[in-house]
Amino acid sequence: MSLDTLPRAARNNHRRARPPGRRWRSRLDVKAMPYALVSPYFLLFAAFGLFPLVFTLYYSLYDYDLAGTVEWAGLDNYTALLGDEDFWNAVVNTVAMFLIATVPQMLLALLLANALNKRFRLRLPIRMSVLLPLVTSVVAVAVVFTQLYARDWGLVNWVLSWFGVDKTNWRAERIPAWIAIATMVDWRWTGYNAIIFLAGMQTIPRDLYEAAAIDGASRRRQFWQITLPMLRPTMIFVVLNSTIGGLTLFSEPTTFYGGNVDGGSQGQFQTVAMFIVKQGFREFDYGYAAAAAWLLFLLILIGAAINFLVVQRIGGRK
Amino acid sequence: MNNFSPTLFTRVMLGVAVVLSAFPLYWMLVIASRTNADAIAVPPPFLPGGNLGDNIVEVLNNEDAKFLLGLTNSFIVSSVVTVSVVIISTLAGFAFANLSFKGRNLLLVLVLLTMAVPLQQMGVVPLYRLMVSLEWTGTLKAVILPYLLNGFGVFLMTQYTRQAVPMELVEAARVDGAATLRIWWNVVLPAVRPGMAVLGINTFMLMWNDFMWPLIVLTPDNPTVQIAITSLNARFSTNYTLIFAGTALSIIPLIAVFIAFGRQIVGGLMEGAVKA
Repeated sequence: MSLDTLPRAARNNHRRARPPGRRWRSRLDVKAMPYALVSPYFLLFAAFGLFPLVFTLYYSLYDYDLAGTVEWAGLDNYTALLGDEDFWNAVVNTVAMFLIATVPQMLLALLLANALNKRFRLRLPIRMSVLLPLVTSVVAVAVVFTQLYARDWGLVNWVLSWFGVDKTNWRAERIPAWIAIATMVDWRWTGYNAIIFLAGMQTIPRDLYEAAAIDGASRRRQFWQITLPMLRPTMIFVVLNSTIGGLTLFSEPTTFYGGNVDGGSQGQFQTVAMFIVKQGFREFDYGYAAAAAWLLFLLILIGAAINFLVVQRIGGRK
Repeated sequence: MNNFSPTLFTRVMLGVAVVLSAFPLYWMLVIASRTNADAIAVPPPFLPGGNLGDNIVEVLNNEDAKFLLGLTNSFIVSSVVTVSVVIISTLAGFAFANLSFKGRNLLLVLVLLTMAVPLQQMGVVPLYRLMVSLEWTGTLKAVILPYLLNGFGVFLMTQYTRQAVPMELVEAARVDGAATLRIWWNVVLPAVRPGMAVLGINTFMLMWNDFMWPLIVLTPDNPTVQIAITSLNARFSTNYTLIFAGTALSIIPLIAVFIAFGRQIVGGLMEGAVKA
């Protein structure tokens, strides 16, 4: 595209000279082509987005059993779920692991982003290495961590033994299992979130810091009074992302128990996503699994709303 | 005092972050290159041994694990999804960014909404039943098709096209008599190539790592690499060197992509974050 577009453009003003068929075709092109361009996405959306969503509702109203009989159940699946101890156990596990993972992760990611925002050598290699966990496959990481947390020969118990801590059976006990899984999640996502925070920090005008420094504000004060409030939009993005990811947690806890969706001998680290897979695809109770999927969605909405409100308050005013 | 010069605390923190990020991967290499006796020794070994080659050969030759098939399948699935998603997103992104049509804003909002719904977990029951009725369970089609729907891709390419292709350029080409598809091919595609690269790398990595849906819809006979590792893990739970050699093999393609495109990945993530 250069200067020669102009004379040609002038020439094309004499479009009337063209055969009418071509004009019609070009109008069709302008009017219809945009729809043609977006249609692949929306056809896929209809088939693999809208259809499953609507039919999850449909399935959730029926009762399926192993023999293959199907019966109308109304809201029975939902009422049964709300009285199902295993379901509540999965909800508690999911929320607990989400909190144990996310709270420290956000603080660490903020600190790390603040550190990454300084001037130092080897910037790119250091940024790349904190992203390294993200590109590693979840299953591979969970396998490695599971070995690190092994009771008798795991590195974690060995290191803890220096401080006189007795051997912990990380997989068998509830809270240790939550912590072990939360560390896997944090290992994967802290660096990524730090990079996102860093991107947000770099959009904050430097004059703000200079003005604050002239006014005698300490670095710590600058972080709390300038960086955090200015980061709020980025934080909303990161927190919503972590909420969706954390409440649908599946790969780490499943791999922690050797690829089994039971989540430990007592279900001590079974998440809601694992519960859905177990009900739907190990016990073939499709209706029950579908109802659980809707409740999971509800849980995500509640989680997102709470997080949104919390983040809105960060950094004071407004 | 300069707010942007690093303190000692900052340097220590960065050092710790780098070591912690790399350690589990280093550990994978250590165990994958040792013997089973070493893997369960206390204190554990800290340096790589000399058995990496043997262990990898053992994994690849293991009939039950179907590891080579898993790697091949993952490669096919990830490549097909990546190429399709990039094309679909680039087309739609061009329409949303540079063309005007009725309902454009409404459709764009719809795309944003689909990004917020975890479709993969929500719709898993009907999707599975659909695959059963099409007799696609156990085939790669069942893994590929649902992932062609990628709202993030459309969103990213819309944002990228807006910034990389000025409206004047599209209008000038239009006045020149170029049809829409020709404009896409000659004007838009060359300008949005960096955005396509970011989306492509992202999609490839997500697909390579995907776990829940393949675990439901595939069988261990025709696995992706993540399913192959899971089978290894379930069947040979104490054979650490075998499992670790498998995990090491499974991340080699990702690490290669990462080293080759690290700059674009970091840059793309940061740009995407600010715009979102």
